[in-house]
Amino acid sequence: MTQQTPSKRVAQGFGRQRYTWLDAALLAAAVLTFFFGEYYLALAAMVVLMIIFALSLDLAQGYGGIETLGHAAFFGTGAYAAALYALHVSSEPISGLLVGAAVAALVGLLSGFAILRTHGLTQLMLTLAVATLLYELANVMKSVTNGDDGLTGYDISPVLGLFDFDIYGKTAFVYSCVVLLVIYALLKRLVNSAIGLTAQGIRENRVRMRMLGVPVERRLWLLYTLSAAVAGVAGALSAQINRIVGLDTLMFMMSANVVVMLALGGLGRLYGAFLGAIIFVVLSDRAAAVDPTNWLAVLGVVLILVVRYAPQGVSGWLVNLGRKRRSS
Amino acid sequence: MPNAFSTFLTLTVDGISYGMMLFLISVGLTITLGVMRVVNLMHSAFAMMGGYFALWCMQAGDLHYFVALPLGVLATMVVSLVLERTLYQWVYQANPLGQLLITIGMAFVLTAVVKNLAGPQIQSLSLPEILTGQMSLGSINVSVYRVFVLVLSVVVAGALWLILEFTTFGAKLRAAVDNPRMARCVGINVPLVFSVTFAIGCGLAALGGAVGTQMLPLEPYYGLKYLVLVLIVVAVGGVGSLKGSLYSALLLGLIDTLGRYYVPALGGFIIYLAVLAILLARPRGLVGHAG
Repeated sequence: MTQQTPSKRVAQGFGRQRYTWLDAALLAAAVLTFFFGEYYLALAAMVVLMIIFALSLDLAQGYGGIETLGHAAFFGTGAYAAALYALHVSSEPISGLLVGAAVAALVGLLSGFAILRTHGLTQLMLTLAVATLLYELANVMKSVTNGDDGLTGYDISPVLGLFDFDIYGKTAFVYSCVVLLVIYALLKRLVNSAIGLTAQGIRENRVRMRMLGVPVERRLWLLYTLSAAVAGVAGALSAQINRIVGLDTLMFMMSANVVVMLALGGLGRLYGAFLGAIIFVVLSDRAAAVDPTNWLAVLGVVLILVVRYAPQGVSGWLVNLGRKRRSS
Repeated sequence: MPNAFSTFLTLTVDGISYGMMLFLISVGLTITLGVMRVVNLMHSAFAMMGGYFALWCMQAGDLHYFVALPLGVLATMVVSLVLERTLYQWVYQANPLGQLLITIGMAFVLTAVVKNLAGPQIQSLSLPEILTGQMSLGSINVSVYRVFVLVLSVVVAGALWLILEFTTFGAKLRAAVDNPRMARCVGINVPLVFSVTFAIGCGLAALGGAVGTQMLPLEPYYGLKYLVLVLIVVAVGGVGSLKGSLYSALLLGLIDTLGRYYVPALGGFIIYLAVLAILLARPRGLVGHAG
């Protein structure tokens, strides 16, 4: 065995990940959207950033088993942080994403300390309380956040100094796709690493993992913080693309929507975030244009049926379908 | 400063009546959560249902407020019983996340139904003449409506306590809570007891919702908007504890009312800060033992 340089080992870690036809299909869908769906690029960018948000939830909920109804806390924090950064410090987008991630991670780190000491309903309530607290905070601090009107009036300079954000949303779409790609590669590496695997172990049997010598609390804390950082990136991206950050980024509906998306797609397999976000955002955009009230009813019925007949979500259903075909 | 003091007393009465209404709405949820171990995000929607049924009785049926109120509660109980026997059977079989999703799905459907039937505007039950106006108790002035809510809630809470402590049904329910298997062994029809309890909880929520429309006005998104508040009352009180819900509802009602008056700049912020502090100090709630 020859000595390997650390950088080579890291590269191998990424190279060892298996990518399937589903990855290829998703990539193809993105490319096709760019070339043929030019009228839908704004919607597509929205889908992409919700995928990132759903991925972050999958990390906490699907892999770590942390129950949360307050993930919007991190999305909103990231969005406000990026917008304030663009407004007061620099309009450079990539550092803006990092700022959004860092601030959201900080919130995750601090709130995780409290949230992860509890389980079940109390955990759910604490996540909810943290998100609502931040929402009320943003509402109260009108001088900083502009309250109900939303924070706006900031500028974002071209990505890498080369690609200016155009009105057709081409740059925005490609930019968010690249961010998604980076995050997806990182997360895939993470969930198949020792940290990700022990997290799944903790989700399945906490006591056993503790007996195996896994620092359970610290692992979950790390996972939660990373999840918060990814959600912060999604929020920052939304702030940069939409050029406005409203209180709705912190609202309960935001948290509920992302939970719904992930449940639709399927927990704990990353693809769930992709499928769920695509289905949810596209459908809700189309349906909201037609009839927003009845869309809510349809969504409710779909949720009930999914839990009853496809508890693993669309991606779980696809996997089962594949297995059946192979075995027959 | 007698003036400041009487303001404080008035606010206290307001806060207590607000808290008692919160208690009515949330007491059913603490039972379903603690006893049946079901995460029921639909619960606040039952409060809305009660309010809308009563509103409909008053508008379409031209009934008096005091007739519409019990009718609304009754109608909600019937609906909740039907749902419990049908859709909730799916809920019982799902895992916690599934329960959360099904019940929030049901709340979505109900929101859409209400929006279609009653319109998107904010509404409240118009009070009969005897409940409007102010009354003075000694040196303090309070609105008659607040006192009415307060007295009604206290009577209902008292009745609830009497039923639980001194009737056969109460004994059966307590037995079913403590040990469902053993209760079944001694011949108690546990599912039936739970169904009835569920309906009673929803009826109480409906009463709170219908009576409290002056504090929490009716709108299609009521069920989702005040869900957080109801869940917070339950979590702070301690899941499964009626006494805990009572304390936490009163505490939160007072904190919210006093906070909004004395520190208006912070607005709705204070209540969540208090919740966070309480849950950090006592993760299982004020009177919690069930994790």
